[in-house]
Amino acid sequence: MTAVHETPTTELTVQEQEWVDQFMDETTLFLGPDREIMRSHNIAPRSLFEEECIAGGIDVLQIDRIRKRLAGALDEGYEMCEAMGAAPGAKWGDLTTAVYTASGDVTYLSCHGVIAFSAILHHPIRYIMKYWKDEPTVGIHPGDGFIHNDARFGNVHNTDQSMIMPIIRDGEIIAWVAATIHEGENGACEPGGMPSGSETPFDDGLRMSPFKIVERGELRRDLLTFLQHSVRDPKLQLADLKVKIGAVQRIMERVNNLIDEVGVETFVAALRVTVEDVEEEVRRRIKELPDGTVQFNQFMDSTLKENILIKFACKVTVKGEKMTVDLRGTGPEILNRAINSPLCSVKSMFMQAILAFWWPDLPRCTSAMSPIEIISDEHTWADAGYDAPMGQSLQASFRGFSALQASWAKLQFANPEKFSNVLAPWFNQINTFLWGGVTQHGDQVGNLCADLNGMPGGAKPFVDGEDAVSPLFCAMADTAEQEVMEEEVPFMQLVSKRLVRDNMGFGKQTGGMGYEMIVASEGTPLWGFMTVTSGAKFSSIYGMFGGYGSGTYPLARVKGINVYDVLRKDPSRFDLSIEKVMNEQPFEGGQYLTSHMGLQFDVAKDGELYMMSQGAGGGYGDVLERDPNAVARDRELNRISDKVAREIFAVAYDPQTYLVDVEGTKALRAEARRARLERGKPYAEFVKEFVTPEPPKDLLYYGSWGDKADELTATVFDIDGPKRVTAPIAELPIIMLPDRRDLKVAELEARVRELEHKHGENVHRKS
Amino acid sequence: MTEYLFIDLDTERWVCRVCDHDLGDARGNYKEGTLVYDRDPREIHQPIIDPDKYEFTFSPDPGYCRILEFYCPGCATQIETEYVPPGHPPTVDMLWDIDALRAQWQARGTDPSTAITYGPGEDVRRHLHAAADTH
Ligand SMILES: [Zn+2]
Repeated sequence: MTAVHETPTTELTVQEQEWVDQFMDETTLFLGPDREIMRSHNIAPRSLFEEECIAGGIDVLQIDRIRKRLAGALDEGYEMCEAMGAAPGAKWGDLTTAVYTASGDVTYLSCHGVIAFSAILHHPIRYIMKYWKDEPTVGIHPGDGFIHNDARFGNVHNTDQSMIMPIIRDGEIIAWVAATIHEGENGACEPGGMPSGSETPFDDGLRMSPFKIVERGELRRDLLTFLQHSVRDPKLQLADLKVKIGAVQRIMERVNNLIDEVGVETFVAALRVTVEDVEEEVRRRIKELPDGTVQFNQFMDSTLKENILIKFACKVTVKGEKMTVDLRGTGPEILNRAINSPLCSVKSMFMQAILAFWWPDLPRCTSAMSPIEIISDEHTWADAGYDAPMGQSLQASFRGFSALQASWAKLQFANPEKFSNVLAPWFNQINTFLWGGVTQHGDQVGNLCADLNGMPGGAKPFVDGEDAVSPLFCAMADTAEQEVMEEEVPFMQLVSKRLVRDNMGFGKQTGGMGYEMIVASEGTPLWGFMTVTSGAKFSSIYGMFGGYGSGTYPLARVKGINVYDVLRKDPSRFDLSIEKVMNEQPFEGGQYLTSHMGLQFDVAKDGELYMMSQGAGGGYGDVLERDPNAVARDRELNRISDKVAREIFAVAYDPQTYLVDVEGTKALRAEARRARLERGKPYAEFVKEFVTPEPPKDLLYYGSWGDKADELTATVFDIDGPKRVTAPIAELPIIMLPDRRDLKVAELEARVRELEHKHGENVHRKS
Repeated sequence: MTEYLFIDLDTERWVCRVCDHDLGDARGNYKEGTLVYDRDPREIHQPIIDPDKYEFTFSPDPGYCRILEFYCPGCATQIETEYVPPGHPPTVDMLWDIDALRAQWQARGTDPSTAITYGPGEDVRRHLHAAADTH
């Protein structure tokens, strides 16, 4: 018989409760991420002090002047980081500076820079305020600085490091200033800080919860040494820490002068009022949108180790001044793959869409998302748990960006009041080479090429998208001078920024084009490349209002050759493109390979070719409505092939002069429309034929199938091999994928047995 | 509501902006009034490297990805496209609250057919004029 112990029903006295609290406080083994802090993206309530400051009266002109002064100070700090930063990311603008209220809400961001970085830094600031402010072994003093990178405590991903410093007046924290840089190298399982190969959170590199590394103005050497010791590039770790400290201190100097001029109360009121005003204005803008629901599904085709299909579901609902973003139906986290993202990282990219693509005129505050409710199931790949690896969290978070950016065209189309153009989807993948190894100067390094910043833009209703214009996360970022990099790293971009024909989203207006890159290393004892991109089987972005999306992108390699030897012998052979090299296979003895773009660190011998292409922006509108002259011009510039001009755009032209044949085009287009009516099936009939109750049998599919968001389909692997299950997320088993080498070995062993059987060979094996 | 669709608030119908074809109840899914085609993605995103030699060619894999093309039955305009796995139900991408929409436009007191532009500022007007000049 089981003994039943009744829980005592008596309430604890105040004294008893205090003892319990004190006991729990003193015996907490580990202060991990705080759930209450991490789930919230709402602005903090007004503090008493803020209340007092605002009660003192508001002069809107004065507030505007303060905002402009802050912008100036932040831009100066930004430029300092960009000019002095050692990380490639810093040099090309992948950073930001911002000022925050005492409770951590971003009030103002530098005009350049990455919105997403600052948009979620309220998480670590709130953590510092809650856990370290009154902690006797830590505390917060003038001149202190906190470092942080772990996405679990509020970050885009672990490559980005922040320096966070308080502004203290009369012993009270009244604001924070911070700088964040995409540093790259962070000691992860692969160089460069965003490993596609991480299989546990411990493969993701440095796991810095917010801690104090600058004490009363002095960088702590012991902690610095620990960090340097934990990464591949100790010089970088030191240099950029100093850069961030310097930039933040300069901003604080400006801010302190400003406070001396206007007084603490006015300054604090200005910060808080800005945050509140933005929130109020956002509610007003939501109210002007039509009420209804826009739904947008994305499918990603890779774990960066194997091809799968995993869904990113998103439903945006507007009702009055309320907007809800519902991510339910999104695929489950995969516990041994790098693609999972914490929700905060996805939210940071929502902010990127909101502040850069929806309402770019607003002061860049966190409060722009504060009134928007976000519904998400924990333990999906876009809302991953503490134990999930997140080395390539951008895979989920960039889809978060696209979910809001793409939906916006439909949400705002019928609103007469617009703050940004209607726009087809922006490219959303990290098509660039990461690299690592030993340089010609003997330094160990790990980082990436700035070509990720060459994302092409989506088309607008009245103009084509821009080619290779800027990354979705930073309007002002640069794709860099390759020659500058070649002084520091032992490889060359043999082909750089050469547009790939037909690589655009087709439409009435076409999406921007992407260029190809071909790299090869030389003269180094150890070098390797990696890629961290999905979208080799399923397009990463789609079109808008009848336009098409991007194509898909292979990684192409030629191993076992030394292209530098070939070219030195015969420089006339220096005419490279992915198309030419792969189709003509001009280098004898080479192994010509394609794969998806999840390449874990791959040792590159001298002169082996690694080739990839940037993506494309989404097209807008029906291809048959494109101006035939624009098609002929694209053809003349060899931006599109003859086949695309004639078959997709249905334009007849003279192949010598590229003059449009007006009558011929009319006939081609009439024929194309007739063919559509013939092959198109009425919706109901089409659905009956096309739609299946579950995904194709052999596809590793993860997420809801159709609109039923409460059940997820997933393939799990148990002792008998793969098995498809469909269940609510809470009831799904843990999902881990088998090592693809094991699968390959099993497949080869089966084949060997089959051949042995066929040829009557009897092999005795022991196990 | 989109480049090719408007909602007639009087009749509460989805209507093609090119040919005025009726596409169904505005309180429902406009896709139900369209013709649909399951497009092999390799026809649109054509291979750049030889598909006989390589698995990955710049073309989507038709076993992973299909392009649904939605046409207006009246004028054959391609109103929308959707990239889905084979067999995945087409997404109901827009559902609008017609009563709220009507009230909103009444409150504005303007005519939606003239009030709606593509974006803010001179940029749009300049481009639209440039386009008009060439026609
Ligand atoms: Zn029509």
